[in-house]
Amino acid sequence: MSTTTYREAARAAMRRALEDDPRVFLMGEDVGRYGGAFAVSRGLLEVFGPERIRDTPLSESAFVGAGIGAALGGMRPIVEVMTVNFSLLAMDQIVNNAATLRHMSGGQLSVPVLIRMATGAGKQIAAQHSHSWENWYASVPGLKVLAAGSVQDAHDMVLAGLADPDPVVLFETMALYNLEGELDTSVDPEGVWRAAVRRAGRDVSLISYGSSMPKTLEAAERLAAEGVDAEVLDLRCLRPLDDAAIVATVERTHRAVIVDEGWRTGSLAGEVSARIMEGAFYALDAPVERVCTAEVPIPYAKHLEDAALPSVDGIVAAARRALAREP
Amino acid sequence: MSTIARERGRHLLREMLRIRRLEERSAELYGQGKIRGFLHLYVGEEAVAVGAMQALGPEDVVVATYREHGQALARGMDPGAVMAEMYGKVTGCSKGRGGSMHLFSHALRFYGGSGIVAGGLPLAVGLALAAKMLGERRVTACFFGDGATDEGEFHESLNLAALWALPVLFLCENNRYAMGTALHRHAANPDLRQLPAAYGVVAEKVDGMDVLAVERAVRHAAEEVREQGTPRFLELETYRFRAHSMFDAELYRDEAEVRAEQARDPITLFSERLRAQGLLDDDALAAIEREVEEELARAVAFAEQSPWEPVEELATDVVTREVGR
Repeated sequence: MSTTTYREAARAAMRRALEDDPRVFLMGEDVGRYGGAFAVSRGLLEVFGPERIRDTPLSESAFVGAGIGAALGGMRPIVEVMTVNFSLLAMDQIVNNAATLRHMSGGQLSVPVLIRMATGAGKQIAAQHSHSWENWYASVPGLKVLAAGSVQDAHDMVLAGLADPDPVVLFETMALYNLEGELDTSVDPEGVWRAAVRRAGRDVSLISYGSSMPKTLEAAERLAAEGVDAEVLDLRCLRPLDDAAIVATVERTHRAVIVDEGWRTGSLAGEVSARIMEGAFYALDAPVERVCTAEVPIPYAKHLEDAALPSVDGIVAAARRALAREP
Repeated sequence: MSTIARERGRHLLREMLRIRRLEERSAELYGQGKIRGFLHLYVGEEAVAVGAMQALGPEDVVVATYREHGQALARGMDPGAVMAEMYGKVTGCSKGRGGSMHLFSHALRFYGGSGIVAGGLPLAVGLALAAKMLGERRVTACFFGDGATDEGEFHESLNLAALWALPVLFLCENNRYAMGTALHRHAANPDLRQLPAAYGVVAEKVDGMDVLAVERAVRHAAEEVREQGTPRFLELETYRFRAHSMFDAELYRDEAEVRAEQARDPITLFSERLRAQGLLDDDALAAIEREVEEELARAVAFAEQSPWEPVEELATDVVTREVGR
């Protein structure tokens, strides 16, 4: 157990995978000489050389597709798409090739590619660079989708994604790369496929993932100071969703607040809400609350961006609303 | 002429006829409702797939398009498995889940069958990257049409293959139409060889109606790819005699144009050439036609008699490994 950052945890996992398996290689824009747009891969080029740490042209479709092809050809590629925003240029390859090839080939093919991308807002980089499209990828059969909301998961999800025989889309949160936390490298990474209770509580369930995890945990602490015992569930795996854990937490607390940095319309929060309705309707003492991003393109100005995104205040307020409702 | 040349010539003719007759039968079966969905026929383009496959070995990799019955057959896929796939039967090469556009055979290193124009090119680049990194001397042959050259993925893929010196053989089947849009109406520069040249990729134009010319050019280019590990590009000039798909009234071209192109029918041209060299007579041709017809009849009967995949298996093989259960 040691204290490290989210960024360094992801790097440590990649380094370990590169050391352990000669089929593993990393490719993406500026992952080599530049050291990674968010410095996640800094230093790897010097250790593993340009054959395994490959700087790509700005050709998202080609290099993501090449990762899929290399996976078909026997490699274990890590494809870094700088951010989810640019992954839209590779959507065809991810949705039409990576996700379909196994089923569409009658089970002949497997695509063991790990596609990492940074997601989320909060860095004042305006509408085109602040998207959260976890919901889109999580809606596609054939993909597995992970979202790292802790330092430990930033590490374990790289290893779990690489060990898996299917295409895995791993979301790292842009605003969390400097997050500090404990890392235990002896943890079995397989745990990441299930949701995790980050804080046990009895009064209300705060359900979140990835980008919004630190805010959600902070909101739980604020609520605790007010005498409200909130449970915090980190979904971790967005496809497949851990239905059992979602139902279980609602059955314990009878009230749910879902925190999701995506837009409310068509959001993962909507999906989780529906699953609560399907699986735990009679356990609910109040309507499900959702805390999502305001339905505007994310603005540049700090005060406007803050107003658009889920906030600790907003989560606390939503929890209070849920608690105020009589069964 | 030696016996080898005679057998070789008849083999090429038989291979082209296998495709032609399968395509004609597929169109009939479509009319009968046996085959559904999209069906893109290869009639007129047979010399490209047949010529190219002669030049590729079992270690090589093939990536094709949604008009890929010809490539699949020429690569060695069982026609019964192809026909059953089009019927949607579980004995199809993709268990009936892909249909006409998505023929796959891992064993034959035949990676589809892609329904998205140019979508196969990045895959081919990646397959070649894997071969290079694993030290395997295979050629990845990637088929695509003239329409694909307008797509960003085409340019991205050529750039990446050239930049990283990857063993990809780009095979552009120029049938002069991107669906229904003629080459000069979809490409600012209809001299397609100039596109790879911009990325430093050696390109050559080949008569795609001449099976021997295709074989020769592909053999040469594949050897260069194999020896030098760098990409090559061939533009194979061909023509689609039938409609783009079964939903095409062919409003965009004259019958006269089609008739004129049919004078270049690769099968007719090659048969005449064999006859002129004394390698084929009526009896020999009839025998080949009979063999092809028998094989096709077996394929159709196989498809007819095959079972459907049980609905209970609908959700199998969405992923290789279930997680989180």
